Amino acid sequence: MNQVSIVSRRTFVLGTGGLAAFLALPQMAAANEWQAAMMELVGTSEPAEGKVDLVMPEIAENGNVVPFDVTVDSPMTDGDHVKAVHVLATGNPTPGVASYMMSPAMGEATISSRMRLGKTQDVIAVAEMSDGSVYGVTTTVKVTIGGCGG
Amino acid sequence: MAAKPRVKAPKKAAAGEIVTIKTLVRHNMETGQRKDSDGNKIPRDIIHTFVCTVNGKEALRSKWESAVSANPYLAFPLKIMETSEVVFSWTDDQGETVSTTKTITVA
Repeated sequence: MNQVSIVSRRTFVLGTGGLAAFLALPQMAAANEWQAAMMELVGTSEPAEGKVDLVMPEIAENGNVVPFDVTVDSPMTDGDHVKAVHVLATGNPTPGVASYMMSPAMGEATISSRMRLGKTQDVIAVAEMSDGSVYGVTTTVKVTIGGCGG
Repeated sequence: MAAKPRVKAPKKAAAGEIVTIKTLVRHNMETGQRKDSDGNKIPRDIIHTFVCTVNGKEALRSKWESAVSANPYLAFPLKIMETSEVVFSWTDDQGETVSTTKTITVA
């Protein structure tokens, strides 16, 4: 019962979204640049919840160097592993941050690095699994000094 | 980016052990967004690809955009099954590649 109502609501939203996109194409395209980027990377802009953990500071004083850790819950065997992890910064001039094409040789699906954030924004990590499923997680980072130079 | 990259990896591991590798390479990672004092855009020059191979087989390939911080740091695990020659290489927009090799011995 619940499931049915969710599906119909989504269909409704998609329908109205499509109409809005038709009416206001340039604005929509700009507002959803990161969704377009995610679509290109993993073929969906609505990944399933769970499995992916993205650890970042809540407040980043310096947007030039913001540490992040991504861990995906996976046994990393030949039959069941993470194929790729993509990190997107929704509010940066270019939303893509990095993609990591992983293999079972890693043993665990985890990486740590540092990124630039231009302003306070949502950061998204999405994981493509070997069975084709896509999981994602979003976290908000407050940025005191932006990291895009002047 | 002539500077030598720094890689921290253990010299020895037990068969099947998951070890942590830490890498750091010096690079400005010029975003292409900044302007010089005359108002001209400074062209983008970033490391766009990082590859780690274990005994010739690719373990991790990473594609970076300009949002990766200057002097890129990357840490990741490797499951060491046998004595392994691990090669790390970084390639930037100038087409320059720097590499370094570490050997992890399984006794």
